[in-house]
Amino acid sequence: MIEVDNLHKSFGDTHILKGVSSSFEKGKTNLIIGQSGSGKTVFLKCLLGLFMPDEGTISYDGKIYAKLSPSEQRNLRQEMGMVFQGSALFDSMTVEGNVMFPLGMFTKQSKSEMQDRVDFVLKRVNLIDAHHKFPSEISGGMQKRVAIARAIVMNPKYLFCDEPNSGLDPKTAILIDNLIHEITQEYDITTVINTHDMNSVMEIGEKIIFLRNGLKEWEGSNKEIFKTENEAVTDFVYSSELFKKVRQMYIEERN
Amino acid sequence: MNYLSSIGSYFIMIIEVFKKPTKWSVMRTLILKEIDELVYGSMGIIIFISFFIGGVVAIQTALNITNPLIPRNLIGFATRQSVILEFAPTFTSIIMAGKVGSYITSSIGTMRVTEQIDALEIMGVNSLNYLVFPKIIAMLFYPFVIAIAMYVGIFGGWTAGVFGGFSSSADFVEGLQLDFIPFHVTYSFVKSIVFALLIATIPSFHGYYMKGGALEVGKASTTSFVWTSVVIIIVNYILTQLLLG
Repeated sequence: MIEVDNLHKSFGDTHILKGVSSSFEKGKTNLIIGQSGSGKTVFLKCLLGLFMPDEGTISYDGKIYAKLSPSEQRNLRQEMGMVFQGSALFDSMTVEGNVMFPLGMFTKQSKSEMQDRVDFVLKRVNLIDAHHKFPSEISGGMQKRVAIARAIVMNPKYLFCDEPNSGLDPKTAILIDNLIHEITQEYDITTVINTHDMNSVMEIGEKIIFLRNGLKEWEGSNKEIFKTENEAVTDFVYSSELFKKVRQMYIEERN
Repeated sequence: MNYLSSIGSYFIMIIEVFKKPTKWSVMRTLILKEIDELVYGSMGIIIFISFFIGGVVAIQTALNITNPLIPRNLIGFATRQSVILEFAPTFTSIIMAGKVGSYITSSIGTMRVTEQIDALEIMGVNSLNYLVFPKIIAMLFYPFVIAIAMYVGIFGGWTAGVFGGFSSSADFVEGLQLDFIPFHVTYSFVKSIVFALLIATIPSFHGYYMKGGALEVGKASTTSFVWTSVVIIIVNYILTQLLLG
């Protein structure tokens, strides 16, 4: 479980996060949504330890990040997996090399043990014949799967995803969403996803946090987001005609 | 103020490079890869440039000897002195600042832009040690490149002098041996080591701390070449004053 209390972060005179508090439960897919510039990325980077908050605390299963020694912080980071928006695969390594990288860096496993683990996670993300291909030789959807495989290869406790299905076609986006959701439940991981994608919100948003101007405007589940009367949330989530109709139908069905 | 801040950040980066070392089995592979990319991969251009620079120095010296009292062995002497003292270590380093430096800046800069450096950091890897340390170690082999540049430069001078009809082989070789001071070679290698460290670290600094996208990667490569060249020239002056002055 990740708990965030009164998080503040500024860059120069610009106050990005203005006191965000929330908690992210284990085994659940937690989504952070909000308009561009609302502070989502800064919030996620604070959770990852890439930015140190100016004020407030972040605790991972009771361990407050800021109070840990540098080596404890590094150990904690090894319990985190991250799927970047652009996948961030190492260009100079093959798919297999990318997934094997954390194992080679941080474990004492033999080559065959690492190979078995890599084969297992690549199979788990439904990538069978791409072991020896380079990132530039595979599609965006496959790159995302490799990024997920690399993120879970060390059995992380915490999984963070920044816009995991941006730039993907709707079908692949749903596959990626479902894969993250399944992995979260299967391995009992605390997953936090930064997204703009309303399909993701509806499909896998077990807990949703809506950020607006650096503040938490609303939180709830994908079921509750249909019922909310919060104008800022409804304006954002139901900005397209399609989603307005979907919401209308949902409300009519309930009545 | 910006320059002072950058200089401070550069030295902080150097300290960070040596903290939390990467696992040796991984580092060994990285070092061998960088030796291949940065040192071995530069041999062709260095040999080519040194040969012709040595040749030009010999021809220029020969064409400027108009007084019949000046001995013809001056061509070999001037070629040796110019190549060993300046052309091999300094001129080659400026070329390397362009070739190797821009490669380092653009490769690290691209990793920054595509969040690969963030990925390393999140995994708990000291990205500066992982990316910059192997380059520093690889560039410690740079004096070997300079030694080859010296030999090839002098050979280029001999070829141009003898086959161009400016000097006999005996005169040229006599000039090469005339008043030879072994310390000049030591001085040249000391400079090479210092330049190697600059060529490995200044472009790494520009790549690692760059912000923006693909366009900024190009700009950072240009800026790193300019700054590496400027620092090499200033350090060359200081070392010359200290070691030969």
